[in-house]
Amino acid sequence: MSRRNPLREVGYHVTASALSLLWLLPIILVVVTAFRSFDDVAQNGVGGLPHSFTLDGFAQAWTDGGAAQALINSMLVTVPTVLITLALASVSAFALARYDIPFRRTALLLMLAGNLLPPQILLVPVAKLSEVLGIYDSLTALVVVQVGFGLGFYTFVLHGFMRAIPAEIQQAAVIDGAGAGQLFLRIILPLTRPALAALSALAFTWVFNDLLWAITVLRSEDRMPVTPALLGLQGQFVSQWNVIAAGSVIAAVPTVAVFLRFQRHFVAGLALGAVK
Amino acid sequence: MVALTAPPVERPAEPRRRNKPSRRLSPLLLAFVLVPLAVEAFWVFWPAIQGVYLSFTNWDGISPPTNVGLGNYTEMATDPVFGKALLDTVIWLVLFGGVSAVGGLAMAIFLQRERRGVGIYRAALFTPVVFSLVATSLIWQAMYQPDGLINNVLGGLGLESWQRSWLSESGTALYAVIVPALWRQVGYVMVLYLAGLKGIDPVLYEAATVDGASKWQQFTKITLPQLKSVNSVVLSVIVIDSLRSFDVVWSLTKGGPFHSSELLSTYMYATAFQSLRLGYASALAVVIFLLAFGVIVTYLVRAFKESDS
Repeated sequence: MSRRNPLREVGYHVTASALSLLWLLPIILVVVTAFRSFDDVAQNGVGGLPHSFTLDGFAQAWTDGGAAQALINSMLVTVPTVLITLALASVSAFALARYDIPFRRTALLLMLAGNLLPPQILLVPVAKLSEVLGIYDSLTALVVVQVGFGLGFYTFVLHGFMRAIPAEIQQAAVIDGAGAGQLFLRIILPLTRPALAALSALAFTWVFNDLLWAITVLRSEDRMPVTPALLGLQGQFVSQWNVIAAGSVIAAVPTVAVFLRFQRHFVAGLALGAVK
Repeated sequence: MVALTAPPVERPAEPRRRNKPSRRLSPLLLAFVLVPLAVEAFWVFWPAIQGVYLSFTNWDGISPPTNVGLGNYTEMATDPVFGKALLDTVIWLVLFGGVSAVGGLAMAIFLQRERRGVGIYRAALFTPVVFSLVATSLIWQAMYQPDGLINNVLGGLGLESWQRSWLSESGTALYAVIVPALWRQVGYVMVLYLAGLKGIDPVLYEAATVDGASKWQQFTKITLPQLKSVNSVVLSVIVIDSLRSFDVVWSLTKGGPFHSSELLSTYMYATAFQSLRLGYASALAVVIFLLAFGVIVTYLVRAFKESDS
């Protein structure tokens, strides 16, 4: 491997660049389309070369298309969901990993099993349950159902992390008189920060990108988060590709930002499971 | 994207040491376990049980459900749309699963070695993973338009006869819908395999090279066997993801035209919330659950073995 053939090296980079470009092509296309005018798209086709540059598409998607309200809704759902889920998951993971609780393995796997269920089997009962509770068509319903469904997975991952912390650390703290609450807040939680960072980045994108739960427990257009709102936009601006493209760009910006900011954590989070 | 994982990568020192948990249980600790469990029980387990119960009933969501025994399940046998949706789900599983596994592994091997520029290539392939499936669908819907890029390229290559309105023809709709899903999944599977490849001891390859093993032999005799545990994670991810797939199809075709891209998941949703046949929809959901059951159990058994290590 020490002697590299320069020609092969060039060939490698040409192939890899071409592949990357091909992969990014749909994204480039949608960004370009978002900045084109409606007339340009109508005349030259969605796949044609751009002949215009305007922010009209964004303006229309933002105001008429309701993207602004949808983004606010998304944040109102995503931030509480991520915080509540990770808070609940970390306390249960802490108790299950660090204490000899009866049936601890069964409880852990039961929680994980809930997350592995196909959501379809829950849709009808969850819709009815939220109606009975009077929270149907409210963002609260969307938050609680996503908290409930996600919990098992995050508990399982955090449990693996917390289980691996050496017992001596815990014993030292207990000898110093720390109770369970202090042990959790002062010792275990700080040591779990890398896992929490990775899971936060992942959870943010998953919750933000959700479609199925939103269209199951919400009805009003003006309460939809940005992912389901895109479908509304698609229906409202049929074949106005510049507006639809602008909406897609707006919807993608927050997750792309999280990904770029927390890239390392994000990939680490996805890879959590791959290595044994 | 489905949530599946095994133990974390970054373990603090002495990971295999047996921890000695404390015995005394305070009320606080019980609350730590019981509150999250109660939340999940209320929003997942209880609805799941209701879902199974509803599958034996006829229900419009307004009047009380009436018991029909196995009626919903026998109806499936004669429901041509169910047959089509089941077939499409299997095609989806094989194509989406097979191509994303092979493609993801190929990309991971191609971009495995650290060298200049490789981070950019990986990021390019990974970027679609952060988009929602709905945004992904709209991006591809623009590509698929009659005057979109795909038809333009075909026209430019002199292949006018290949041009289609991809999403609105029965013959192409299902495959046109799989492509965006694959575009997004390949990068995800690649990341899983990259992490797995990183874990293989380079000494194995050095020894094989000394012994005169070809690249292909090294791949089949070292790489594949060493990736065994990643393979099982990828397999679980793919099967569960395939059965859950909904967003792409719903955004692009809603299962049409004429159910030609119907999956069990979209058929279930339409039956429940458009036809308001909640009993039959619940039975369809139970079928999806049964199809996933084997993978779920395998995964849980694996998790059970690892959770106490």
